[in-house]
Amino acid sequence: MMDHPTEEQTQPAAVRLRGIVKSFGTGDTKVTVLRGIDLDIYLGEMLLLVGESGGGKTTLLSAIAGILEIDAGNIDVLGVPLSDLPAGKRTTFRGKTMGFIYQQFNLLPALTAAENVAVPLLIQHIGRREALHRARTMLERVGLGDRAEFLPKNLSGGQQQRVAIARALVNEPRLLICDEPTAALDGPNGQKIMELLREVGRAPDRCVVIVTHDSRIFHFGDRMANLTDGRIERIESITREGRA
Amino acid sequence: MNYVALKMLFGDRAKYLMLLCGLTFAVMLIVQQGSIFWGLMIWSQSSVSNLNVPIWVTDPGIAQVDEVKPIAATAVDRVRSVPGVEWAVPLYKGLLRARLSNGDYHQITLTGLESSTLIGRPAEVLEGRFEDVLQPDAVVLDQWAVERMGGPDVIKIGTVFELNDKLARVVAIAKTQKSFTNIPVVYTTYERAIRYVPRERRTLSYVLAKAKDGVPVAEVTKRIHEQTGLGAFTAEDFGWKTIGWVLKNTGIGINFGTTILLGFIVGMAIAGQTFYLFTVENLRQFGALKAMGASTWTLARMILLQAFTVGLTGYGVGIGLATVFGFFTARSGGLPFIETWQLLLLVLVALLAICTFSALISIIKLARLEPAIVFR
Ligand SMILES: Nc1ncnc2c1ncn2[C@@H]1O[C@H](COP(=O)(O)OP(=O)(O)O)[C@@H](O)[C@H]1O
Ligand SMILES: [Mg+2]
Repeated sequence: MMDHPTEEQTQPAAVRLRGIVKSFGTGDTKVTVLRGIDLDIYLGEMLLLVGESGGGKTTLLSAIAGILEIDAGNIDVLGVPLSDLPAGKRTTFRGKTMGFIYQQFNLLPALTAAENVAVPLLIQHIGRREALHRARTMLERVGLGDRAEFLPKNLSGGQQQRVAIARALVNEPRLLICDEPTAALDGPNGQKIMELLREVGRAPDRCVVIVTHDSRIFHFGDRMANLTDGRIERIESITREGRA
Repeated sequence: MNYVALKMLFGDRAKYLMLLCGLTFAVMLIVQQGSIFWGLMIWSQSSVSNLNVPIWVTDPGIAQVDEVKPIAATAVDRVRSVPGVEWAVPLYKGLLRARLSNGDYHQITLTGLESSTLIGRPAEVLEGRFEDVLQPDAVVLDQWAVERMGGPDVIKIGTVFELNDKLARVVAIAKTQKSFTNIPVVYTTYERAIRYVPRERRTLSYVLAKAKDGVPVAEVTKRIHEQTGLGAFTAEDFGWKTIGWVLKNTGIGINFGTTILLGFIVGMAIAGQTFYLFTVENLRQFGALKAMGASTWTLARMILLQAFTVGLTGYGVGIGLATVFGFFTARSGGLPFIETWQLLLLVLVALLAICTFSALISIIKLARLEPAIVFR
């Protein structure tokens, strides 16, 4: 049984990718990584993007995030044609609508957990007191309420990734983008992070895209898109039984 | 985001301290060398400034104040007859040997002031009364004369010594700005100065003058020059002329100029390099901020804030250290050390230039930064 019945096909896609082409280098060294990607991602779902290492998953994520120029194709996010937006507007749009989670956490080492989580709010010109307050609340939701004043170096890898999740969600983004969120963690910690992403990250008005090649976490997704040879090879829905 | 920027700066303590040390060192070096340089320049023209008169009339070919070129005795009257001159008095200035009662010889600068006005007398008298110089055989020494000629035990009020076999009796000690050559100054009246020196050297050295109120000094010096053919300078111009001569004819300008330039370049290199490293090593962090929606302008402001924070801290510490150094050297009197606000302002401008430059390189790097690096 599908997690999301066919009604998802009737609502408009939150992220709509058509004919995305991207290559790196020129001449003999030119590598075409994306060869015409078509993909729709819907609100409320958690989409796994899987494929071989070096297959272009990160490249595709960067394109969706609007932080990488593409060679051809159209990217629509929440009805906004991202590929036509000038760089400055794209940055602002990204700050307002997207949250990011990386393999390497990318926390600012000089800031405490709470301050790290507050950064996206500070970028949106929210006052420091208010931002820190919301950051602490968010940290409680990821189970780190008692670690708010810790520096990243005093937190375990799993805890750091939870801080990163809190940071990615504090802005209430419509689009949550995760690149190999479990790759730097051991098995049990990876499972916990995925559980947390499902619990806290997944929401009716948000779509979550998770890139991974870790088959141990495939069952956490709603749908799984397979990126092979620069194209989306097939998209499958994941059953509840599989997730158990 | 200012808060985040400062935390990033102070959080990387090792690099912050290195940056701070580089900038502090540069500031200290420039301020210290600049102050000594300026001190030397003040010394070099102290023979002008110590007399504190508005106009100096000299031989037309004079190069600097300590190179006395005698002028005709009639010059005083000729200057007095120039319209706009309020008063003009003669000044004798010449090198002479003083012989102390203990047999020591010292070279001194004999300065003879016109007796009715004592124009050109030092502003400050440390001991005794300057007016007593009018008594028979009386002379006034400056504090450097006391120091050079044997200290306060040997030279004090009442001490008698010989100038060219004629008696001189100390009646007062005056305070003057140390001079470049550090030759003690002996003040007496013009008439007596002429009597102290050998016949062939009994000549007028300078005419000191003042413009009438309401007549511009520059206008009067021009008139004096045109009507008498003598050199005529405002005290300020004469001081600068002397400084210019010293700069051209000694290695001081080049030496200090080189050190100061080196300080600037070294400071620039260290600060620029370290700051650039700081940015490069934090590229991921800046990339993450960019991915989270921070504009290049926001990042630029953060970088500028970081650069100016460390820069101004280095400025404060550097000036503090240089001033402490200056306090001790000036107290020992061995080196001149005159810290002027102009120098401090100049160093501030130089430092802000260094910081802006380092920040700009980093900002250019950040502007080109692909936030996609955060995924790598
Ligand atoms: N900035 C870049 N410059 C050149 N080649 C790149 C760049 N980014 C990615 N690539 C290449 O594109 C291919 C896909 O990379 P990536 O998207 O990171 O794959 P994945 O995330 O699936 O492992 C790789 O061959 C990689 O070397
Ligand atoms: Mg990747």
